[in-house]
Amino acid sequence: MPATVIAYIIRRLFAAIVLLFVVSAVTFSIFFVTPKLLGATPETLATRYVGRTSTPDTIRATAEKLGFYDPVVVQYWNWVKGIFVGADYDYGPAVEHCPAPCLGYSFRTNQPVWPDLLDRIPVTLSLAVGAAVLWLLAGLAVGTLSALRKGTIFDRVAMGVSLAGVSLPIFFTGLLSLSVFSYNLGWTAVGGAYTPFLENPGEWAYNLLLPWITLALLFSAQYARLTRAGMLETMNEDFIRTARAKGLPERTVVVRHGLRGALTPILTIFGLDVGLLLGGAILTESAFSLQGLGKYAIEGILNYDLPKVMGVTILAAFFVVVANLIVDLLYAVVDPRVRK
Amino acid sequence: MNSKRLVTAVAAGAAVAMALSACGGTSSNGGDGGTTTPAFNAALTTTFNPSDKKGGIIKIANAGTWDSLDPGETYYSYAWNFLRLYGRSLLMFKPAPGGASNELVPDLAESLGVSGDEGKTWTYKLRAGVKYEDGTPVTSKDVKHAVLRSTDKETFPNGPAYFEGYLNLPEGYQGPYKTKDMDTNSAIETPDDRTIVFHLKKPFGGFDYFAHLPQTVPVPEAKDTGAKYREHVISTGPYKFQDNEIDKSFKLVRNDQWDPATDPNRRALPDGYEVTMNVNADDIDNRLISGDLHVDITGTGVQPASLPRVLGDPALKASADNPTSARLWYTSINPTVAPLDNIECRKAIEYAADRTGYQTAYGGVFSGGDIATTLLPPQIPGAQKFDLYPAGPDNKGDIAKAKEALAACGKPDGFETNIAYRAERPKEKATAESLQAALGRVGIKLTLKGFPQGDYFAQFAGNPPYVKANNLGLATNGWGADWNDGFGFLSQIVDSRVIRETGGSSNTSVRIPEVDKMLDDAIAETDKAKREAMWGAIDKRVMEEAVILPGVHAKSLLLRGKGLTNVFVSDAYNMYDYLALGLA
Amino acid sequence: MSHIPEDSLDSGAGLPFLQVRNLRVHFPTDDGVVKSVDDLSFSVERGKTLGIVGESGSGKSVTSLSIMGLHKEGAARISGEILLDGRNLVGMDREKVRLLRGKRMAMIFQDPLSAMHPYYTVGAQIVEAYRVHNKVAKQVARKHAIDLLARVGIPNPKSRVDDYPHQFSGGMRQRAMIAMALSCDPELLIADEPTTALDVTVQAQILDLIRDLQQEFDSAVVLITHDLGVVAELADDIMVMYAGRAVEHSTATDIFNSPQHPYTWGLLGSMPRLDRERSERLQPIKGTPPSLINVPDGCPFNPRCAYAGRNGDLSFTERPEFRDIGGGHHIACHLPTEDRHHIWDEEIRPKL
Ligand SMILES: Nc1ncnc2c1ncn2[C@@H]1O[C@H](COP(=O)(O)OP(=O)(O)O)[C@@H](O)[C@H]1O
Ligand code: SF4
Ligand SMILES: [Mg+2]
Repeated sequence: MPATVIAYIIRRLFAAIVLLFVVSAVTFSIFFVTPKLLGATPETLATRYVGRTSTPDTIRATAEKLGFYDPVVVQYWNWVKGIFVGADYDYGPAVEHCPAPCLGYSFRTNQPVWPDLLDRIPVTLSLAVGAAVLWLLAGLAVGTLSALRKGTIFDRVAMGVSLAGVSLPIFFTGLLSLSVFSYNLGWTAVGGAYTPFLENPGEWAYNLLLPWITLALLFSAQYARLTRAGMLETMNEDFIRTARAKGLPERTVVVRHGLRGALTPILTIFGLDVGLLLGGAILTESAFSLQGLGKYAIEGILNYDLPKVMGVTILAAFFVVVANLIVDLLYAVVDPRVRK
Repeated sequence: MNSKRLVTAVAAGAAVAMALSACGGTSSNGGDGGTTTPAFNAALTTTFNPSDKKGGIIKIANAGTWDSLDPGETYYSYAWNFLRLYGRSLLMFKPAPGGASNELVPDLAESLGVSGDEGKTWTYKLRAGVKYEDGTPVTSKDVKHAVLRSTDKETFPNGPAYFEGYLNLPEGYQGPYKTKDMDTNSAIETPDDRTIVFHLKKPFGGFDYFAHLPQTVPVPEAKDTGAKYREHVISTGPYKFQDNEIDKSFKLVRNDQWDPATDPNRRALPDGYEVTMNVNADDIDNRLISGDLHVDITGTGVQPASLPRVLGDPALKASADNPTSARLWYTSINPTVAPLDNIECRKAIEYAADRTGYQTAYGGVFSGGDIATTLLPPQIPGAQKFDLYPAGPDNKGDIAKAKEALAACGKPDGFETNIAYRAERPKEKATAESLQAALGRVGIKLTLKGFPQGDYFAQFAGNPPYVKANNLGLATNGWGADWNDGFGFLSQIVDSRVIRETGGSSNTSVRIPEVDKMLDDAIAETDKAKREAMWGAIDKRVMEEAVILPGVHAKSLLLRGKGLTNVFVSDAYNMYDYLALGLA
Repeated sequence: MSHIPEDSLDSGAGLPFLQVRNLRVHFPTDDGVVKSVDDLSFSVERGKTLGIVGESGSGKSVTSLSIMGLHKEGAARISGEILLDGRNLVGMDREKVRLLRGKRMAMIFQDPLSAMHPYYTVGAQIVEAYRVHNKVAKQVARKHAIDLLARVGIPNPKSRVDDYPHQFSGGMRQRAMIAMALSCDPELLIADEPTTALDVTVQAQILDLIRDLQQEFDSAVVLITHDLGVVAELADDIMVMYAGRAVEHSTATDIFNSPQHPYTWGLLGSMPRLDRERSERLQPIKGTPPSLINVPDGCPFNPRCAYAGRNGDLSFTERPEFRDIGGGHHIACHLPTEDRHHIWDEEIRPKL
């Protein structure tokens, strides 16, 4: 790798770190500053985490334990510090050290967030990657055929279906497909089934098949439309005429020259989509009861569990940043004109 | 009543209870004959599919997560129901169909509590031979440790706070972790390994209800890991934990140290339980129907989406039960907000409200509930049936009476006020809208104000200065009893002394000194029948002040999982009893 | 310069490598039928170069694409005959035509930057062209590509073979395009405006290259341009097109020395002269080419022709027949012979 590329990556990573700080600070502020504007005190915040018969003493103790009496800046600083040097956590009979990177403990379950995240990444990763492969293949195939048969019945049906695919809520398609394919026909796994890839790849795929297809349906629709537009443009390019003039078979012309030309912008969006999804496919994970990052995030948000929310946010932001970087680097691979 | 008479009464009750429970524990079908014919509400008052068959794994799903598996901290009703599989508290609600379940029976203790000192001390004797999953015998010191640790609210903020409120703990006591060496004999004594004596600050006739709390499930001090104990609770019941992944899943497997001879209440039919959390709620319904799942643990019934399907399909309906919960959905009428400081204006609201509209807002008669005219749900002992503000023959409100009341209030043309509701709850929003329409008929103009539910009581509807400053005349509200008892139901919603100026209380509108006094009297009353009559009187007194508009006593539509045996609804938990279930 | 054989425009005797007869290419569109090429006939022998000249929109590219069989299926209505080495390409199975493309007939396009795929190296694109018709190993093809690049004058071809098109200068790119077109040794080379996108100095080099290669490969070349200057040095014969039809066709010598059609005069007038200043600037042809959907009655050139009035109504009512005016020199114009000579000698030639 040339030195310039390395320097570029380092520069980008540095910018990414700054961005992660900004994202985490904003999330943190939303959690604390917004209620404060509505008049919340440390005690009212702590009330969220105590039982319904709690005394004011309990509430004060909880506010104290969660650090709500400190200024928000100090609380944020403590959170950041945990990432770099770890933190101490008093679980009652003794104090435990949570080693760096310590993303804190759940306000509700006292579970450290970082191991939880590590535990859930494979689920979301499996879901996102599998679905991504499917939707990319389906989207490219349908989009290409549509472009080549522009105006035909195939094209119209495909684009109509893909419009529906984009607008159908995943909750609806997810539950419907579960009920039809898993419960009535028994072809696919029931909701919530997940086997780690390394444990049993076959089962892994079988269990994830329906979530993949459901999620892919949503995206492939969009990718089919993108591909169609890209192909319509590319197939009018001069180099396509050149390819034909060489006597290349039409397949080669379409795939090697046409699709290859139309792929670049799609790849960019693809990278970003996958990056975003890695932060948690909230709706799909909810519909299929998959214990991934998205479900974790929802759990955190519904329970005002700040450390969980912060953990997923920072991780999701990290994935997006990395996806961006990869897309940029990939751009140079894909489009030689960008290379310097 | 003198203390001697009390002891005799309690002892007699205990003997009866023991006899009953012994019978329930050994007979093949809980003694009620049972039924095997699928029918709507078949498991409401009898046992459906009685069986002695052992074996099989019961599959359970939870749309959310446990608040905590730690008996010292959990506060969910279903969690208490389920916890009996792995933990034994001093007393327990009897695992029996319908109303019989409201009876407390001894579990870890040999008998119900024996009170002394006018209800200020309560003594329990533990059964002999009860062991933990590792074979260590359970002692009264473990029960003491369990109760004391639960009072450390810095470590267990979520749990019920009854013990620290009533036990005569020394000044400055902060639980066994932080104030380890402090002498706590003023609160709990363990004269020997099988005896435990509780000392209260003031008399409390209903202490047996405290003794049923999971907080009395013994915790061995040596294995107590505080906030992390939930990761591995040491079992005293017939099942113990395996592969516990917090908020994801766990398994219960047989605990070979559990001795059925020490336990008349548990039948321990299945070989184990598999529990999954965070399962999509609609998917749970589908799986229950398809037979992939046996139990929806939260016991709140099917989702709105599944309701028409279940009710519309005779076969499905025949596998459903529709119990009433000890839960009231209501609207607070705040007398701190003018013109509701005038009782006539409050009465106008009671009269003008459309009760069927309220019921519809909650989902109708099957999943919403029965129209309520009182606070106390009917299954709570002492509940009386009365209706101080009859709503006309169609239950849609008495407009004439409402207008009369308005005139008496000096507002013949009505007035304007706001109604608060939890923005995340569509049913509360629908309630607010129904009231807006109903009250609009007599000129009372309501403006809807939605608030985030997490801060609803702490910051908004339960925060008195905020209520006053923002004219929250009405606020949708709800309450379910911690257990089926007037104290458990009423104390948090009608006692003015639980109201905090800093916010956080469910009670915002009931500030009646006379009611506070009535509560104190009832709490100290150790005669069960007298005490229960007093709850009904309190209910009536509060309704006379028109500070609460009752909505519905909640109902839910439960589905019996395919293949389950010994299915019955426990009135104590208002859902299926999880101790009795087996597999065909 | 060779002289155009008597029979080259009609019969197959003598067997020119490419013979086009009565070619019609019409595009049905929503606005009407675009008659891009109408009744066009010409032929080229191996070793000879035909220049096709005309303003933009006159149907030159449509003609060349028809020969190559590159029109979209269904989009164009093609009739007439295109005989390549005696075999008619019109109506031939598309797959058969494909196998001829790149192998027996090849084409160079106007803009080499857009005509090459931006994501593949120059070498890869040449290799691809070669291997589609020759079952050889990649390494062999690559060696061939390097040889070709060397032959078309790319310095340091061994390393440049791995460059991408955007790393080449405009002239080099066109050289690479030529290398690609020649990779299978085609007998017919069509160059459609091969120098239009290039600098003037580079233009000359590319034209020299084409001439050299033609001699080397002995191929038939069709050189298409809107600029008569480009074909001046190269073409044996020249066909001038207007509105989809040929208006003048003869040897290059004839076209330059005694052009007979007013449109050709216009083209000559708009030709830049490098050798000397023009005495009196001749106006380039006024106006724009007609719509090919509604071609004017009579002579299609009449709205723009300064001499349309000299033939009574004829230029407006009757299309002039494309006819031989002697020695194989064909034109389509109603002007009487003496008028044409007079105008050329007196009015046009002195101003050039
Ligand atoms: N596919 C097509 N559909 C409709 N009209 C076309 C098509 N291709 C070319 N034409 C029209 O045919 C005419 C001749 O075009 P062309 O051969 O490209 O001219 P040029 O002589 O500049 O190469 C133009 O008017 C052009 O608009
Ligand atoms: S026919 Fe008439 S209009 Fe056409 S070129 Fe000759 S003179 Fe001009
Ligand atoms: Mg052209």
